Amino acid sequence: MSAAADVGIVVVGASLAGLRGAEALRRNGYAGRLTLIGDEPHRPYDRPPLSKHVLSGELAPDSTELPLLVTLDADWRLGHAAVGLDRVARNIRLADGAVLAYEKLLIATGAQARPWPAASGGALANIFTLRGRDDAARLRAALARGPRRVLIVGAGLIGCEAASCCRALGLPVTLVDPNPTPLARSLGTWIGGVIAECLKDSGVAFHPGAQVLRFEGDASGRVVRADLADGRTIEADLVIVALGATRATDWLRDAGLMADAGGVTCDGACRAVASDGTATGDIYAAGDVARWPIALYGGRLFSVEHWGNAVAQGAHAARNMLAPADDQHSYDHLPAFWSSQFGINIKAVGLSEGADSVAIVQGSRASRRFLAVYGRAGRSIAAVSFDQARWLPAYAEAIMAGSPYPPIREASDQGLFVTTAPGFPPPRPAHRSDEARHG
Amino acid sequence: MTHSTETVSSRTTPLRVVVDLNRCQGYAQCCYAAPGAFEVRGHEILFYDPAPPRARRGEIERAVQACPVCAISLQADSGETP
Repeated sequence: MSAAADVGIVVVGASLAGLRGAEALRRNGYAGRLTLIGDEPHRPYDRPPLSKHVLSGELAPDSTELPLLVTLDADWRLGHAAVGLDRVARNIRLADGAVLAYEKLLIATGAQARPWPAASGGALANIFTLRGRDDAARLRAALARGPRRVLIVGAGLIGCEAASCCRALGLPVTLVDPNPTPLARSLGTWIGGVIAECLKDSGVAFHPGAQVLRFEGDASGRVVRADLADGRTIEADLVIVALGATRATDWLRDAGLMADAGGVTCDGACRAVASDGTATGDIYAAGDVARWPIALYGGRLFSVEHWGNAVAQGAHAARNMLAPADDQHSYDHLPAFWSSQFGINIKAVGLSEGADSVAIVQGSRASRRFLAVYGRAGRSIAAVSFDQARWLPAYAEAIMAGSPYPPIREASDQGLFVTTAPGFPPPRPAHRSDEARHG
Repeated sequence: MTHSTETVSSRTTPLRVVVDLNRCQGYAQCCYAAPGAFEVRGHEILFYDPAPPRARRGEIERAVQACPVCAISLQADSGETP
């Protein structure tokens, strides 16, 4: 056995992308040493149910452990965060001081919920974020105690799913978002308006165009109200901060990689890119933490928080890690996500960012059962279905092929359709603009 | 939690199931194969138990087989646990 084989492959991040990546290494015949490092003490678990059935109490927080689909024969280091990477010495430093050498490295550290700043009340009790299993367990326990009013800050997918769950539990809910409708950034305000109607029907007090400045607490340090920028206040004894996530790249600070809160930049083959712009040959990234060029969207860099990307990119990176430098396959993945809220199954393919047009091409907005296609400069770039998932694969195929907008006309089951402006908010400043935040 | 290896043998350890809900097309065959473990809500939301009891392995295996788009994954009995 060579020294390199003895050192082996290290996967940092023991969630979906890391697990499926490790499995793909074994499936592709890698028989050397394999180490998985996870900062949480838990075995890999599935996240999508956390903001849905775990909050509602239907599933226990520890019930979503992921199935292991291949015998990994791995050295698991759970509960040990990686805190540093030395690319020259080829080793990783863990929080407990241990140093692990690697021959090849897969970075799959994911993302962390963006917290509310402590200076404006973020340290008060009963303010929650929702990202991991422990977050979900704490929030579920607090919801079960029957708060008088839940305030949710941020009407993205997590905020809306949480609002849906809280209403199903019979809890009074206020939802605040700076945009005119929920899901404005991922789906635009025209489609987001459908969810705004659902919020209204289910009794959520929705405050669009509103911004929370700070939280105030009582003498015991528990949150009691939020002060809004427009001078209003909202009384609430439980707050869910749902402001998206930043990529878990702090540990790569001194690694000499292109990495920041928006992700680890990769080339088209999932190889991490060094600060000098050249692709590394021994470090790959996958899942939420990876920011990679998508050829379909002009080679622009994107990072996504999608379940399907974690699975596909983990496996793709693993394949390339085992292949020679002249046989690196490019990662051609069409982003896709789903959500369920207010009894509606939402599924989307492609990235709608930058769309100039949207049209409902199957079903109707009024029935809340439809498929909408997003176009940009005459090309179909994304589609979303509300309780009409069976149409989506046909549109996904058209989007992958770069079809004109709209891609399918005059199908026998289509009515007349009109194109509308999708209504996306202006882009976020600098490093936040390349994140597509979907559940 | 670290460095430990054990095999899934305890009768009390539940099964581990995950469904690729991007792939799921709502055919609902799993709901017929394993009622109670899979359920369609509303028009097409699939709710499932990710940790069904081991006694239901036969039903869950039939659900895996019945899915027309192979969206259901079940951990094999011989699988290791970290």
